[in-house]
Amino acid sequence: MGDHGPAQGFGRWLFTTNHKDIGSMYLWFSFAMFLMGGVFALVIRAELFQPGLQLVEPEFFNQMTTMHGLVMVFGAVMPAFVGLANWLIPMMVGAPDMALPRMNNWSFWILPFAFALLTSTLFMEGGGPNFGWTFYAPLSTTYAPPSVTYFIFAVHIMGASSIMGSINIIATILNMRAPGMTLMKMPLFVWTWLITAYLLIAVMPVLAGCVTMMLMDIHFGTSFFNAAGGGDPVLFQHVFWFFGHPEVYIMILPAFGIVSAIIPTFARKPLFGYASMVYATASIAFLSFIVWAHHMFTVGMPIAGELFFMYATMLIAVPTGVKVFNWITTMFRGSMSFETPMLFSIAFVILFTIGGFSGLMLAIAPADFQYHDTYFVVAHFHYVLVPGAIFSIFAAVYYWLPKWCGNMYDERLGKAHFWLSFVGLNVTFFPMHFVGLAGMPRRIPDYALQFADFNQIASMGAFLFGFSQVFFLFIVIKTIRGGKQATDEVWENPEGLEWTIPSPAPYHTFSTPPAVK
Amino acid sequence: MLFFSKRPIVKSLSSVKPFVVFPLLALSFQAFAKSSEVIEGEAQRWATNMTQGVTATSHEVYDLHMLIFMICVWIGVVVFGVMFYSMIMHRKSAGAVPSKFHESTLVELAWTIIPAIILVAMAVPATSTLIKIYDTSDADIDIKVVGYQWKWQYEYLGEDVSFFSNLTTPQDEIYGRAPKGEHYLLEVDEPVVIPINKKVRFLITANDVIHAWWVPALAVKRDAIPGYINDVWTIVDEPGIYRGQCAELCGKAHGFMPIVVHAMDEVDYQQWLDAKKVEAEELKLAMSQSFSMDELYARGEKVYQTNCVACHGPTGAGGVGPSLIGSSITTGPMGGHLSLMINGVQGSAMQAFGEQLNNIDMAAVITYKRNAWGNNMGDMLQPVDVLNHKRSL
Repeated sequence: MGDHGPAQGFGRWLFTTNHKDIGSMYLWFSFAMFLMGGVFALVIRAELFQPGLQLVEPEFFNQMTTMHGLVMVFGAVMPAFVGLANWLIPMMVGAPDMALPRMNNWSFWILPFAFALLTSTLFMEGGGPNFGWTFYAPLSTTYAPPSVTYFIFAVHIMGASSIMGSINIIATILNMRAPGMTLMKMPLFVWTWLITAYLLIAVMPVLAGCVTMMLMDIHFGTSFFNAAGGGDPVLFQHVFWFFGHPEVYIMILPAFGIVSAIIPTFARKPLFGYASMVYATASIAFLSFIVWAHHMFTVGMPIAGELFFMYATMLIAVPTGVKVFNWITTMFRGSMSFETPMLFSIAFVILFTIGGFSGLMLAIAPADFQYHDTYFVVAHFHYVLVPGAIFSIFAAVYYWLPKWCGNMYDERLGKAHFWLSFVGLNVTFFPMHFVGLAGMPRRIPDYALQFADFNQIASMGAFLFGFSQVFFLFIVIKTIRGGKQATDEVWENPEGLEWTIPSPAPYHTFSTPPAVK
Repeated sequence: MLFFSKRPIVKSLSSVKPFVVFPLLALSFQAFAKSSEVIEGEAQRWATNMTQGVTATSHEVYDLHMLIFMICVWIGVVVFGVMFYSMIMHRKSAGAVPSKFHESTLVELAWTIIPAIILVAMAVPATSTLIKIYDTSDADIDIKVVGYQWKWQYEYLGEDVSFFSNLTTPQDEIYGRAPKGEHYLLEVDEPVVIPINKKVRFLITANDVIHAWWVPALAVKRDAIPGYINDVWTIVDEPGIYRGQCAELCGKAHGFMPIVVHAMDEVDYQQWLDAKKVEAEELKLAMSQSFSMDELYARGEKVYQTNCVACHGPTGAGGVGPSLIGSSITTGPMGGHLSLMINGVQGSAMQAFGEQLNNIDMAAVITYKRNAWGNNMGDMLQPVDVLNHKRSL
């Protein structure tokens, strides 16, 4: 291989097998999807700015809620984490590249096609998917618009991409670690991704089975989910959430890894309880498989089922608590400074914990009868996903961008981005707890008058948050184009092999494996 | 502009309401003040917490909710307290020197075991409440609740009383052409009536997609699933009108199928029930009568405004559904029109109204559609014709 650089022109990106190129493509793609999903969210918030129907009709509103969810989950958060994995895992374990570089190329390049299929449905007769990102049957089968078939194939392609990405990550981590890099010496980001990849391999085929059964019901006369034909609409929910609950941990475990890398650097103190962090992550992954029906407390399960899923769900608070306590103890008696990655990480710990509290409340089945399918749920999962997944991705970009492009970002601009996002996020999502508890159902385009005030506040916060992300794009481009030259270490004594290579990271790194003590 | 259907755009451009994003932000305070006027006098504004409700169960659920919430608050105070203490006291800029400790099995064990104990303390009251909620035995009254796109049907089992409950908020209020009333989107033509201090069991199912029947004041929410019958119960303490909404996304008008429960004294309830029975008797008699064109037309207009207007529009010009003006159905053969109304159109939003409308309403609405908006077919349908047609199917 030697030291040759990348190929020139578009071919470089189309044919590349380089983990850094593919990582960058994943990250740019996910950011584009983030903006698109954000525009969908702003359509929702604009319509909900006041009671009555002003901007869009209910059918289109339902398409917006559905597409917002699908694009954010499958287009923004997951590809962003895969992008980070591509960039970082080989550099963190001292490998020259991913284990399966050609498959790596393929798993990225099918994604744009999946999302082209999905978004094209918005322009079709009958409109795009309008049944919510959870696409409960029979609303998504017998009563779906014709475009649902495009949705099904798009989900299939996204699933294939995720499975290939996971296989690649597992193969890389298990086979390509530098000599001396034992499993329990791996950075936590590598650990959390290893566990995430297993979750993905376990549940993506379940999702594929779920949408395939839909396809059969719609086109081939089966009745998997059709009660009139002897099928079972509740079966759909069991299958979907058996995928769906691990999926939410897929979107948060890599975030745990990122924060576990950043907090020690800026607390200037080693991570507290490394081993317990690994075990806690594994426990959360295991529990994620046995709690799925807490999304279904109101379907009328037998009481034994309700109790089992309530207890199992409450249990998740234990390993999650361990993680939060470990992060805080890492800060305790450290020597802290508050650069942008640290600000995002601290906000992550606080706001994710608040999302965890509302999650614990939702786990209590009798109380969930009041919370279920209200804005309280919307507030809950946005509190774990936005300051959870999204903030951790921002933190990761600020933290590793100097390594990737060789330039420091502008600290003042980064902090401004943080505070705008932080304020925007809380103004948007905190009032949703209130309207949810006061009785506002989710996924409605219009609402009773008593919910008007908090909805107006939430809508204003949403626009603030949305436009802050355009500012983020500006900061990133500005950093790539120039700025203060970053040192090889970038930060003060950061831990990890990626800081031992030059900034910017050369096109090929660790062609000879480093020695790990 | 493909995304936005015509009516709201026209409306938003013709009023001061901003269409694009920036003016929306800029005018937010103006709009804020404006919509505040609309909802003047509404007692529930700025509500931030769950209702305590009007049943023993709802009180228990509220107490449980507050208990868990307060435990979370106190955990938060301690955890975030330590965190902010560190952030203030252990700053590099304040000259803090980092410690090197990074492990302690004892501490790890403590913060695994203590939360587990707190969880058990939470699980005990949660379990006892859940067991009570699940005890649906020995009900005094059984009411079957069926979710339809987008209305609720209530059937008093063993009483021969059954009716649909439709949203009554006018389209003009929804589209901002008229001021919004106090119970905007939470008002129906026929509330479900129950007596207080009696155990009422609701048997909940659905006819098409999954809905969810939710009345916050009763702390009752249960999915209405085709092919399943879920049972829930309530005993309401005080007379009153309690409002709720469908809580499971069920399509276009998911936000427009409210639930209104009217709880009244036993005596009043019995009177109401007797009146409903008489009404049902009269309806049966009327089924065999003939009506004049004017009677059918007037009745049909009402039925149309309740059941058809959401898709076919107030003037029959269409919307989500096709236009009915001069269409091949409304100006085609009567038999075809009737069959389509009874059976619906498979794979479309056009429902089968054969089970939803009684024969008089069916005859009336078909007569109306064939003679309104310049269709002027001049023909009409009698209830007995509908009956005969159904029998021949």
